[in-house]
Amino acid sequence: MNRSTLDLWVGIFVTVGIGAILFLSLKVGNLLTVSNDQGYRLEAEFDNIGGLKLRAPVKAAGVVVGRVERVKLDPRTYQAVVMMKIDRGYEFSKDTIASILTSGLLGEVYIGLDSGGDAKMLADGDKITKTQSAIVLEKLIGQFMFDRAASAGGTAAGSGNAAPAAATTGGAK
Amino acid sequence: MPASTAAVALRRIGRATLNSVERLGFAARFSVAVLVHSPSALRRLRLTLREIYFSGVLSLVIILVSGLFVGMVLALQGYDVLTRYGANESLGVLVALSLVRELGPVVAGLLFASRAGSAITAEIGLMKTTEQLSAMEMMAVDPLARVVAPRFFGGILSMPLLAALFSTLGIFGAYLVGVRLIGIDAGSFWGNMQAAVDFRYDIVNGIIKSVVFGIAVSLIAVFEGYNARPTAEGVSTATTRTVVASSLSILALDFVLTVFMFRGLGV
Repeated sequence: MNRSTLDLWVGIFVTVGIGAILFLSLKVGNLLTVSNDQGYRLEAEFDNIGGLKLRAPVKAAGVVVGRVERVKLDPRTYQAVVMMKIDRGYEFSKDTIASILTSGLLGEVYIGLDSGGDAKMLADGDKITKTQSAIVLEKLIGQFMFDRAASAGGTAAGSGNAAPAAATTGGAK
Repeated sequence: MPASTAAVALRRIGRATLNSVERLGFAARFSVAVLVHSPSALRRLRLTLREIYFSGVLSLVIILVSGLFVGMVLALQGYDVLTRYGANESLGVLVALSLVRELGPVVAGLLFASRAGSAITAEIGLMKTTEQLSAMEMMAVDPLARVVAPRFFGGILSMPLLAALFSTLGIFGAYLVGVRLIGIDAGSFWGNMQAAVDFRYDIVNGIIKSVVFGIAVSLIAVFEGYNARPTAEGVSTATTRTVVASSLSILALDFVLTVFMFRGLGV
């Protein structure tokens, strides 16, 4: 095989190979739209984050506006502190509510932002004060059972069992 | 008094151990020597290009065809399982993540080891058997720089490109089966894939894996060829060893790399 044919084939191979890497990055990894590494960070404290994972989406009105970057436990308050990175270009008011939601019954867990009416906007490093924790299905079911037991106990026995059961329900709420 | 069978067995074990330790030492010395001669592979760019042709371009057909089939099979099997959970739309995610993270680098590496690695070993082994390497040394040409280093670098450069092509063709095959044949919505196929595949975590890690496999396979191939016994049987043994050792090291390295890359990710 002479030189120029060999060079041509190697050139084709390298071009096609780099093309494949570009295809994977742009079309599959969607580098074009999510690549902007710039953005600002917000913090939020939750009582319970449920199944929230790193890199989970942060959505406002269903549109992905950022990602969860770090999750840690505040050792003093025993609350979960979630650090999220919001894409530049999106701004939220100071009284934004952050809630942990699930898409569908078994879907992924994400953070939903509901912007309020405050004219001042959240800046880099700010903390979202109004939060709503994840709904833990087991707790809901437990609460429901206690409620049922309490109401059943209340109508049947009257005094004996009703007071502690009511106290438990109150604590669970 | 003849030596007892126990003593003979002990002697045999000792010899085998010594041999393998000596071989390991030689392999380490050889690796360092190849790395030291690596600048000469860049200076002799034409030789390296020739090796990219032999190990990369000539492996294209097997890589492309197997990538296409692996992707199509993944799509069929994945669809079968995902339908049970009503998650057909995630087919793109399943195929893309398994190809980019694991199957692309690993299967392309295994194919590369058996297609190109064995050829490199056989070629160098035969050069040694026919005393071409000694002849080069006589002419004051270092065979490590002239023969080994270009093949080593040709392999390292080819491997990531081959793995990327494998993944691309696999995703294309999954698209053909999933969207064209089964009829999943094309928008959700690509959209879910793009939402789930991350550039840094998935694609870059896949490329890192394929580079590491390229280094491992090329190093094993040139070492086994250089270290082959200069007989016909020796060359054939060396070729077999290349395929076995590089396949095993790809699978073992893949486990180690996966532990480091995808552990505390929470995925």
